[in-house]
Amino acid sequence: MPMADSVMYSEQLGQLNGVLSRLRSHANARAAFLIDRNGQQIASTGEDLEAMDATALASLTAGNVASTDAIAKLIGEREFFALVHEGEKDNLHISLVNSRIIMVILFDERSSLGLVRLRVRQNNPDLVEIFEVIEQRHAQEVALAGANASPFAEITDDDIDSLFS
Amino acid sequence: MTFINYASREINCKIVYYGPGLCGKTTNLQWIYDRTGAAAKGKLISLATETERTLFFDFLPLELGTIRGFKTRFHLYTVPGQVFYDASRKLILKGVDGVIFVADSQEARMDANVESVRNLRDNLKLQGYDLMTIPYVLQLNKRDIPGAVPVPAMLKALRVKNEDYFEAVAPKGTGVFETLKGAARQVLISLRKAS
Repeated sequence: MPMADSVMYSEQLGQLNGVLSRLRSHANARAAFLIDRNGQQIASTGEDLEAMDATALASLTAGNVASTDAIAKLIGEREFFALVHEGEKDNLHISLVNSRIIMVILFDERSSLGLVRLRVRQNNPDLVEIFEVIEQRHAQEVALAGANASPFAEITDDDIDSLFS
Repeated sequence: MTFINYASREINCKIVYYGPGLCGKTTNLQWIYDRTGAAAKGKLISLATETERTLFFDFLPLELGTIRGFKTRFHLYTVPGQVFYDASRKLILKGVDGVIFVADSQEARMDANVESVRNLRDNLKLQGYDLMTIPYVLQLNKRDIPGAVPVPAMLKALRVKNEDYFEAVAPKGTGVFETLKGAARQVLISLRKAS
């Protein structure tokens, strides 16, 4: 049974955006993204974001991580913590924040792989902490409010029909 | 696994089109993409071989509208149908909220249909899901081909839990949106029950 157990709150999103912006600035990177392993985009910051198809980026990155994760297991590794894609001008650094969240850093010649790696490592604990807070908060809200915790608990057939009208 | 974003007031659900090779999964997505307004859809991504067979997945993000003040987004995926891409199929089922099984109505593909349902059941189990409880609809595609297997015979061979079924001719759009609506409805209803 699918559970609505992946959530995001405004306060924590603000904190995540703060860490991402700091990381991007300190790494001299073009953009930084947080994505969940199922391909949903969580947060982003950077240059020319409007020109980028962030939804497709999230889906393809999650597919990429899932596929390399399976390859890791084939060769006896638990997982690959980071992937690097080198392009002519732009490069991607993809790493795991925790078991559910992926971070993507887009960088060019203004930065370097070493600097990006360093900044990712320095900022990762802050991100991990914020995601722990989100999980705890969600668990508390579910425990307190039970079935009424979700805005969809009282969804009606008319609500659903209206989507397809 | 549905993702509820309270910050942007969005809900995202994942629906996967499953079925044997060449049954019409990508054609379903292509029709939806072609007939949906630009504002409601994202880019259709196809990771395909040179001969246009799905290699990893097709992906289409679709925004259906607002429900209870939340933008409702469905991420539609197809799996590669060919038998030897099983490792990829397993990955694409991660975090799935609902499944559409696309069956090929040709007599010669009935065995492949049956095998693919079995494969779906096994792969869902590996991801911690149960075919008997997950939102699920059956599409009987290619109903226009001469000698199509009669509907009762297809249902007898393929229906697993009295799920809703839809007759379709995907290249002409027949039954395509009806199938998607059937699956989306079940996903939203399951959200009500799960919350």
